[in-house]
Amino acid sequence: MTAMLPAPLVIGTSLAYLLLLVGVAYWADRRAAARRSVIARPWVYALSMAVYCTAWTYFGSVERAATGGMWFLPIYLGPTLAMVLGWTVLRKMIRIAKTHRITSIADFIASRYGKSQLLATLVTLVAVVGIVPYIALQLKAVSSGYALLTSGSAVAPAHLHWSQDSAFYVAIALAGFAIVFGARHLDTTERHEGMVAAIAFESLVKLAAFLCVGVFVVYGLFGGLGDIFSQARARPELADLLHAEQGGAYSWARWMGLMVLALCAALVLPRQFQVMVVENVHEDHVRRASWMFPLYLLLINLFVLPIALGGLLYFSGGEHNPEHFVLSLPMAAGQNALALFVFIGGLSAATGMVIVETVAVSTMVSNELALPLLLRLRLLGTAHQPRDFTRSLLMIRRAAIVGVLLLGYLYFQLAGDAYALASIGLISFAAVAQFAPVLLGGMYWRGGTRAGALAGLIMGFGVWVYTLMLPSIAKSGWLDVGFLTAGPWGVAWLRPESLWGLQGLDSLTHSLFWSLLINCAAYVIVSLWRAPSGREASQALLFVDVFRRGTAQTPVFWRGRADAAELKRLCERFLGVEKTRELWRSYAKEAGLIADQALVPDARLVQFVEAQLTGAVGSASARVLVASVSDEEALSQGDVLVMLEEASQLRSYSRALETKSRSLEQATSELRSANEQLKSLDRLKDDFMSSVTHELRTPLTSIRALAEILQGDAEVPPQQRQRFVDIIVQETERLTRLVNQVLDMAKIESGHIDWRLADIDVRALLEKAMATTAALLSDRGAEMELDVPQTLPLLHADPDRLLQVLLNLISNAAKFVPPQGGHVQLRARADGQGLTVCVQDNGPGVPAGHEHLIFDRFHQAGGPTPGGQGTGLGLPISHHIVAHFGGRLWLEPPAPGAPPGACFCFWLPWQPAFSGDTAP
Amino acid sequence: MTQKKILIADDEPNIVVSLEYLLQREGYAVSIARDGQQALDAIAREAPDLVLLDVMMPIKSGFEVCASVRGDAALAHTRILMLSAKGRDTDLAKGMALGADDYMTKPFATRELVARVAEMLAKDRP
Repeated sequence: MTAMLPAPLVIGTSLAYLLLLVGVAYWADRRAAARRSVIARPWVYALSMAVYCTAWTYFGSVERAATGGMWFLPIYLGPTLAMVLGWTVLRKMIRIAKTHRITSIADFIASRYGKSQLLATLVTLVAVVGIVPYIALQLKAVSSGYALLTSGSAVAPAHLHWSQDSAFYVAIALAGFAIVFGARHLDTTERHEGMVAAIAFESLVKLAAFLCVGVFVVYGLFGGLGDIFSQARARPELADLLHAEQGGAYSWARWMGLMVLALCAALVLPRQFQVMVVENVHEDHVRRASWMFPLYLLLINLFVLPIALGGLLYFSGGEHNPEHFVLSLPMAAGQNALALFVFIGGLSAATGMVIVETVAVSTMVSNELALPLLLRLRLLGTAHQPRDFTRSLLMIRRAAIVGVLLLGYLYFQLAGDAYALASIGLISFAAVAQFAPVLLGGMYWRGGTRAGALAGLIMGFGVWVYTLMLPSIAKSGWLDVGFLTAGPWGVAWLRPESLWGLQGLDSLTHSLFWSLLINCAAYVIVSLWRAPSGREASQALLFVDVFRRGTAQTPVFWRGRADAAELKRLCERFLGVEKTRELWRSYAKEAGLIADQALVPDARLVQFVEAQLTGAVGSASARVLVASVSDEEALSQGDVLVMLEEASQLRSYSRALETKSRSLEQATSELRSANEQLKSLDRLKDDFMSSVTHELRTPLTSIRALAEILQGDAEVPPQQRQRFVDIIVQETERLTRLVNQVLDMAKIESGHIDWRLADIDVRALLEKAMATTAALLSDRGAEMELDVPQTLPLLHADPDRLLQVLLNLISNAAKFVPPQGGHVQLRARADGQGLTVCVQDNGPGVPAGHEHLIFDRFHQAGGPTPGGQGTGLGLPISHHIVAHFGGRLWLEPPAPGAPPGACFCFWLPWQPAFSGDTAP
Repeated sequence: MTQKKILIADDEPNIVVSLEYLLQREGYAVSIARDGQQALDAIAREAPDLVLLDVMMPIKSGFEVCASVRGDAALAHTRILMLSAKGRDTDLAKGMALGADDYMTKPFATRELVARVAEMLAKDRP
């Protein structure tokens, strides 16, 4: 006889634990309100996914392992595969859901297929029918566990009156907690941070409890894993369990079937959709969760088989139900505290599932069933009763939660004891699995239509009812079993458990096979049969292409007329006055308008309003509401395609416009800089002109003045006369030189000069330059020295121009040497590439800071000297000549400590290296 | 009648030669300045009755000299005839705006110059 625990202790601990969960939820909600969200972490997200593991994990999988060995695994391999291989599918679902403010799986499917009210209703009904058995399972697990703990026997008396049935009280308690977690107030995003935090917490608790009992069994009751397995192998009936292939023929089909089932369930179960998609905080968390969640599944399943084997070995009498090994083993060993902990773990698992599932389903019921009905019956009044709304919705949600739990209890009463817990769960999975083809098809196939989805769903569900639901009810004794064995009306191939003669499969795989096959077939065929409406086509595009389009680029698929005030009032009714004002303001700001009165009721505003309402009441209801206040045109598929085409054309036009305007900007800036250049050149030309004018007029002034004097005055003394005539001649010469140089400069700069190239004997040229300037230098009392190597290569250049340069440099030097002591040195050196010639004088040198000025036109340093005035053009012309042949003319910087003087040098290559535009 | 004093301010020696002869022939006392600073000093020192002022001069240009003279109360009454090889309207306007009494472009007719000088000297300057 096993030990027992006092009932108050069990009840008290359970309540305390549940209140702890409420506390965690409350704390998380407070943190969320303060914008320091607790759940915005990937590991919390992954833990919340573990709501997949319910009381079935505690009781059902152990029972499965005890009867079928590894057959408990596919239920967990399915989600593992789904996450590891298909997390991108989940990510797409999340992206779609967030883009379109989808808050439940019914909403998702309905929205995809043209926001169909009918489809939403159907999915909701299927979901309710599907989860009711599963809730019954949780109730059964908790109540039988409680019975085991308190009375030592898990077998509850059949058909207790509800007031004496612990399961009933459990149901009521769970309903209350579910309301507290998920229906305290309406949130338009349908996010429940507190609930998610509590779920994550309880996932940890249930994992811990299961691991504890596992460790206890393996290391406490036995001597380790090796011990258990060797003992099991020693017993023939247990040895079978250790083989992977079980169940005879078609076992691989069963394995596959179960995995596919679990894989689908992991995506489409309302509770999974709620935590994975609706409550998701950030898309990036999916990647992390894709290995964290499988890891969790691995950990929690680690000890399932050892516990099963351990139980079978320990209780070799066989009167203990393997379902309750996790409780009975610790109790048998006197570990009551551990047993209580495990019970709390199981309770935790059951609670988590029930809460999330009922909250999810209540959202669906209120949005997709109740609300449209109320709208149609105008029970919510016309536009003139704003405030009743949120309270009515909340009431409906709470009623739905209680209702679903009571339905679960009812099912538990009616059909709970005929089937083991394990099977009930799987039947439930198989019902919601009917969503999978429609859901996945909707996300990846643009061709899926509403009619197709309806057909698939109805047919699939119908087959499920016929092949699984009815048999299960029949086997509980509520229906005549005759039609199971002989088929309805005696038609053998319509037998529910072997349709069309498909024998050998267990009922689940059989049902799954037929229901999914017919579901997919109906979906595809009917979708292809008739073209989709405009709305379906547009939604299909938005869903399937969600990664390709940003929200800014999505075309708006709506055509019609609407009234802005009506739309605003609609928002206020369902979202509240404050929120509406905020939304209107932000919309106006984005549209660039100042006053929100000025909002134009165009398609974009209508879409905006509809999107906001979807978050509150679901897409189908939002559609109906918006349609009621606007005057719409029904769009056909063709219309949608045209709109899409227009939108993409618009996009490409705007892109082309952008590139055009960018190139225009570039051209403008280029033109602007060219204009600036021209203007400055113009200015330079003006300056040049005025300088030239000035320089020419100055000598002309003296010539004219003196000539007029001589002309008009016969009494000029002869000495003066001579002097004047001399000056006239001088100035004429000066003028001539100037005119020549200006012309030279003009010719060189415009490139019109004739260059005559020849091979030059450098030494001879230098000597010629010396000879030409000899008189000038001797007049100044200066001497010149030549320092040239004996042999020099021939220089290929224009000899006359080069002579001009030399004469210029020498005469400059002569101008500045001190009188009677001046010394000019003419030096030539050769290097590999060319010739360097330097003219050094011992004058004052170029003043510091003037090194660049001296090469300016008309710059005359030092003031005019008698007997030859400079024009200021000599150096610039020489510079141009040298540069033309690819050489350089420069003022050599004075060596520190050297005697004063200027040294002008030029370098020329042996062969001229013409620059581009001055080549002859 | 006292001899009128004329200051020639120009950096070109040959022009100075011609102007000097011309004016001395007419009977004026002539002094010479070869750059802008010399011109200002000479005006301050000798208080000539008229200044023949070249524009393009080293150290200070004719414009600057004119502006300084007009700005100095003691010298503001000095008659100034500007001479310049720059003959653009803008230069002429600038000269007149700065306070020159007259402006002639080079090369000038000697007869013209002499006539203008006499005219200016005959007029009283307020």
